[in-house]
Amino acid sequence: MSEERAISLTVNGKRREATVPVRLTLADFLRQKLRLTGTHLGCEHGVCGACTILFDGHSARSCLMLAVQADGHDILTVEGIAPDGKTLHPLQQAFHELHGLQCGFCTPGILTTLIELLRDNPNPTEDDIRVGISGNLCRCTGYHNIVAAALDAAQRLRESHEEPRA
Amino acid sequence: MKPPAFSYHDPRSVADAVALLASLDNAKLLAGGQSLMPMLNMRYVLPDHVIDLNRVDGLSYIREQDDALEIGAMTRQRDIEFSALVRKRCPLMHEAIAQVGHRQTRNRGTLGGSLCHLDPAAELVTVAAALDAKVTIAGKSGTREIDFAAFPVAYMTPALGPDELLAGAVFPCWSARHGAAFVEFSRRHGDFAIVSAAALLEEDTTGKVTRASLTLGGLGPAPLRATDVERALIGETIGDKRLRELCELLRQRDAIDDIHAPASYRQQLATVLARRALLKAHERIVGSISEVTAQR
Repeated sequence: MSEERAISLTVNGKRREATVPVRLTLADFLRQKLRLTGTHLGCEHGVCGACTILFDGHSARSCLMLAVQADGHDILTVEGIAPDGKTLHPLQQAFHELHGLQCGFCTPGILTTLIELLRDNPNPTEDDIRVGISGNLCRCTGYHNIVAAALDAAQRLRESHEEPRA
Repeated sequence: MKPPAFSYHDPRSVADAVALLASLDNAKLLAGGQSLMPMLNMRYVLPDHVIDLNRVDGLSYIREQDDALEIGAMTRQRDIEFSALVRKRCPLMHEAIAQVGHRQTRNRGTLGGSLCHLDPAAELVTVAAALDAKVTIAGKSGTREIDFAAFPVAYMTPALGPDELLAGAVFPCWSARHGAAFVEFSRRHGDFAIVSAAALLEEDTTGKVTRASLTLGGLGPAPLRATDVERALIGETIGDKRLRELCELLRQRDAIDDIHAPASYRQQLATVLARRALLKAHERIVGSISEVTAQR
């Protein structure tokens, strides 16, 4: 029998309460308990970056955290990026228009990573973007369009003066 | 479920954490989780108890005290990266931290986690050796301080008793007019270095070296201070030719031979990276002088 604990946290602006095994990773909690399957799991040991979420506004690998560690904290997953069910976030719009995704497996982790990057650095160079997503592996090797979309999104965000949500 | 079953403890104070360590068998401390969590997911480690330090008060700080920086064990690598104090007083650490993992791992990873995991190629481990850091260790009977040089007792094994934890580290700052550089070679950005070199230099007004520190990470089972090169540098004027001769001494050192690189490759990297780090450190002293002159 596995030890369990009650947790209470905010996910994409919504209060969530659950009782979880203490050894459950945050990634598995999001995917299996909350059915937020947008957070992908690739390597499950902190190399691929597909499971990146924002933890209190900072990007983190959710496969390297326990769900119990999120008790009392604020989580943003890829499902929480768009302002509503119909409109895409400017970053998502740029990925859509510039073919910033192929198979889409790495996309959630790249989007969450870029939300933080563009918030902290609204005017990034191509090099800033490449270093910023160096912890995210795209095995379609579609980096060229990912970088182009990120640069385009940065410009859209600057023009709209809209703060990326985080 | 990926990690093996364990009991979870999240103490709020160092005293409580130490008491748990003393009373529980087969317990593992969880800091930023960037090494322990992968090891749990892959079941390389099977602890009966995980003691999470993330809710312990008073282990996260960066402060200046008597020409040294005191940094708490649970200080995030991100906080070190963006600290103006670290950038100003400890440029070596500022340069090294940007080469630790990625944004996502630095946001969670901690100073103490890195020092205790003690990977011989870890940047912060090499920096601690280069700066003659001291580490503060908390145990049942209070705290003790030891030189970082005595902290690694074997490959990836820190000098911590079963009921002790690392509380923080003290990094002595060099003079405002020193030059420092951290260079590394890794196959992919963000990986542990195959070999890294940390150099610090002070020179007198004629350009002669008055103080030198040279450390190689990833070469042996623990960071290696090249004291022979350091001694030989005193009184020298830094130049490429002389550095080539001196750094050639490093080829004689024992080096790790593993799947990533043979020993001879690491020895070659050591001679090259040490020279580059020393040259860069030297140029930064010269740069700071010409900057001051230009301002006049």
